[in-house]
Amino acid sequence: MTIASANQTVLGRLTGAEPILIDCGPARTVMGLTGRTVLHAGPPLGWETACETMKAAILCAIHYEGWAADDAEALDLLVKGEVEIAPCHAAGAAGPMTGIVTPSMPVFLVEERQSGGRAFATVNEGLGKVLRFGANDPSVIERLRWIEGEAGPLLGAAIRASGGIDLRALMAQALRMGDEMHQRNIAASALLARLLMPHLARAGRDPDALARVAEFMAGNDQFFLNLAMAAGKASTDPCLDVPRSTVVATMARNGTDFGIRVAGLGDRWFTAPVNTPQGLYFPGFGPEDANPDIGDSAIIETIGLGGFAMAASPAVAAFVGAGGFRQAVAVTEEMAEICVGEHPRFRIPALDDRGSPVGIDVRKVVETGITPLINTGIAGRMPGTGQIGAGVVRAPLACFEQALEALAALR
Amino acid sequence: MIADLFARELRVINCGLEGFAQELEQLAVPVIHVEWSPPAGGDPRKAALLAALEDEDA
Repeated sequence: MTIASANQTVLGRLTGAEPILIDCGPARTVMGLTGRTVLHAGPPLGWETACETMKAAILCAIHYEGWAADDAEALDLLVKGEVEIAPCHAAGAAGPMTGIVTPSMPVFLVEERQSGGRAFATVNEGLGKVLRFGANDPSVIERLRWIEGEAGPLLGAAIRASGGIDLRALMAQALRMGDEMHQRNIAASALLARLLMPHLARAGRDPDALARVAEFMAGNDQFFLNLAMAAGKASTDPCLDVPRSTVVATMARNGTDFGIRVAGLGDRWFTAPVNTPQGLYFPGFGPEDANPDIGDSAIIETIGLGGFAMAASPAVAAFVGAGGFRQAVAVTEEMAEICVGEHPRFRIPALDDRGSPVGIDVRKVVETGITPLINTGIAGRMPGTGQIGAGVVRAPLACFEQALEALAALR
Repeated sequence: MIADLFARELRVINCGLEGFAQELEQLAVPVIHVEWSPPAGGDPRKAALLAALEDEDA
């Protein structure tokens, strides 16, 4: 198989994937996450090299599971190796920001109908003091327990009753409504709520519980983000066994390193230190407060959305400080230079209905020096600060240079 | 030969450094600028790796 035909195979899998949301239930049962395991975002990470935001989130997750009574005990378990930390990607999941998943957390289950593969993502917690931004206090755990005890079971019942929700069709529609599914999920969240609400209403016996879940969904413009990530994970994992392909199948960050995996190189990670996002800050914060780039959400750019679909979402271009409509179009056109094709279903009205660029070719990145541009939230460097802004960040070129070396070595 | 060239009306395609095109534009010389830079920023080792991987498609 030539590189060109291998890349066409990957492009076909990326764009032909049919991710369907079929359930929501505890990670312990839905994804078989057992033992004292904490999953985190990005490529593999050692405790010592984790950023403070990641460390705080891991400690809080150990609290939440009841494995330790306080941070000191939690740290002791980590040091003794009695709690394992592992990447979400190694367990079929994708998590935003710190990306923490533990066995008791409800996770969405997305099935990819072409490959039969499955992917998982937690329920988005909303804004403020939340685990994904490294907050570690009783209010975080209280919300997680409510998601575990009330929201997760209701969402699971509603999703099962719906018979499955076609996420690709939903995202294609939301793209036409101004979302790029990374920093803007307002339309996608509303479309999801529209599909789920009748089933939620029938599933909920307690009107107050139903109202709490409805308010929770309605109050979070990024509710759909985690589902877009699970859809991305389900669409990209089947690409990891295509020999010779030079197309990127994973991009992820753990707050310390940026990592990519390439379709022709299997599970191997190519990593380099993460960059810090550039963007706009909420009042009272500035660049000196920003945590380095973090989260599995770059899986969204890997399937041709997020920064790659900036032209579909000029509102996001302004929000992340990338400029106006003209600059948004320029970003999408620039990303097209490093991709092998266009998505036949993710179409952008403002570009005469052309598809969003998809299938990042390692060779094109190294040849042009153009690195993928990722839309992202900016986490506070101090644990517990939460989101302090939104911006864009470039993937480090070194990841792609290492992958190119490995591809050439296979020849 | 150079003298002959400059004696005629110039129509220029400029590759690479945009400054040359801008200078000609200021002199009202018709010019088309082509954005170009050497592969892999001119790194010969990486250019060789790219060339090796491109060859497979031939």
